[in-house]
Amino acid sequence: MTTPVKLLDFITILPVIFLAAWACLLLLVDLWVKHKRVTAYLAALGLAIGLGLLWYQAAWIGNAGFNHMVVLDGFSVFVNALLLLSGLLGIALAYGYLRRMGIERGEFYPLVLFSLSGMMLMAQAADLIVVFLSLEFLSIPLYVLTAFAYPKAASEEAGLKYFLLGAFAGGFVVYGIALVYGAAATTALDGIIAAVAEGRANLSLLVSGAALILVGLGFKVAIVPFHMWTPDAYQGAPSAVTAFMSSAAKLAGFAALVRIFALAFSSLSDDLIPILWGLSALTMLVGNLLAIPQTNIKRMLAYSSIAHAGYILMAFTAFGNPGVAEVSIAAVLFYLAAYTVTNYGAWGVVILLERAGDLGLEIGGYAGLGRKYPALAACMTIFMLSLIGLPPTLGLVGKFYLFRAVIAADLIPLAVIGVLTSLISAWYYLRVVVNMYMRTGDPEISPEPWALTITGLMAILTVLVSLLPGWLFFLASQARLNLF
Amino acid sequence: MLFDYMAIAVFVFFSTAIAVTAILLGGLFGPRRKSEVKSEPYESGMIPIGPGTRRMPVRFYLVAVLFILFDIEVVFFLPWAVSFRKLGLFGLIEMFIFIGILLVGYFYAWKKGALEWE
Repeated sequence: MTTPVKLLDFITILPVIFLAAWACLLLLVDLWVKHKRVTAYLAALGLAIGLGLLWYQAAWIGNAGFNHMVVLDGFSVFVNALLLLSGLLGIALAYGYLRRMGIERGEFYPLVLFSLSGMMLMAQAADLIVVFLSLEFLSIPLYVLTAFAYPKAASEEAGLKYFLLGAFAGGFVVYGIALVYGAAATTALDGIIAAVAEGRANLSLLVSGAALILVGLGFKVAIVPFHMWTPDAYQGAPSAVTAFMSSAAKLAGFAALVRIFALAFSSLSDDLIPILWGLSALTMLVGNLLAIPQTNIKRMLAYSSIAHAGYILMAFTAFGNPGVAEVSIAAVLFYLAAYTVTNYGAWGVVILLERAGDLGLEIGGYAGLGRKYPALAACMTIFMLSLIGLPPTLGLVGKFYLFRAVIAADLIPLAVIGVLTSLISAWYYLRVVVNMYMRTGDPEISPEPWALTITGLMAILTVLVSLLPGWLFFLASQARLNLF
Repeated sequence: MLFDYMAIAVFVFFSTAIAVTAILLGGLFGPRRKSEVKSEPYESGMIPIGPGTRRMPVRFYLVAVLFILFDIEVVFFLPWAVSFRKLGLFGLIEMFIFIGILLVGYFYAWKKGALEWE
């Protein structure tokens, strides 16, 4: 059954290997580097090389490596490209922020790289053991990053909370994997498919295992009722870390969720649809309703990220329906890309307005931004509109594809809940806009070139891509899931 | 098939029942005479000095974590050494990579002063 390791095996996870090795080297180099900006540029260089390797690797799409433990397919390349780009954006946002907050430590960049290599491995995992391995690999650096503002009490508390609950959620995943192994006698995704097809698998055990894995991954992507850590961790962590965490970790979590459920558990769809239906409806409702009373922008964005996990899960509910699965996976990928762009932009604005000592984070503090810094306020307006899903933004196009997938799956009530909660979300997103333009105040920004560039660039992308979304959706729908 | 587990069920039932009965009977009928010696934490041995929740230098924690890290390394060495011949050159290279990753951590801890006591 097992074949000896070949060169091809290493090519299938080339960017992951490279990034992990680069992070190790960076950790050593940083020990002798005085100016931490050198580390930042080296980390960015590593991510750029990683993108190059991804491009080179794309010639081998459709191959599996290490006895089908990992696969290289269009899906993984799409997700990995997004992950690498989001790593670049995260480093660019952190560059000036860390220095301004007095927490410029070289370990930040290797930690981001380590976490990213775990996320990329997760997008390629074709065996539940690899899923668990990469889940831990991506989580542990994130726990450290959350507590990165040490010795700030809020940040340490956030890190500890995230760590304890994350370890707990990891336990759920392992238990789920154990049950799946008990049912199918294998942890390989293709083995599970074969076991189900031949009728060897104990289906009720398999469903329990799938549900437990759903709990663990649902924790990572912040699905209600496993979302409790999100507001505290997002608020306590340094804003640059939150920006990275809310985009990249969500991407990786959904990548694993989509691959495992769409491939291995697609035959369990009938049993899982009510669970996913309920979870996504609950996530959209709770996320959006709890965002309304928030006065802190970081906390508000944390609840908003919960709500968006709900929208994405909504499109994925009908994953087992063969006519819909392809559309729904493409919609999920497109929305993840759109959310990454918008989210980084919004966090860029937050980072520009934040001042040391947790100042400038109240939504009320955004009053007067429209008069004092019209361009920045315009960017923030675009991001808020995109998060609501109003034209002319990427959020609208993304939601359109999501709802199309839901309606194609004939889950009309779920779509109605999605639309209604989107309407609710307008309340708190527009409050930021109202504050910026209709109230007077004197907000203060720290003009950091990189953060300003990223914010502007994301605003332009949010509008431009929404006018011509076809190519991105084409890419997303080309991103097929393969097993062999 | 479930019948095979019957022995375990019987065992669990009786072990629980005996323990519960013993504690219940002792609690109901046993005499209670408190004395100073009885309320000490250890019947024989040193009497603890100071409060139980005293502060420990955090350095112990760091040393303990480093110890665990490098201790687990040996756990991975052992199975590799046992099947060294079977794994051949590939296993050797793998192990060097593993040691290399550990060395990165070791250098990092060293340079950051985690190995210094003061």
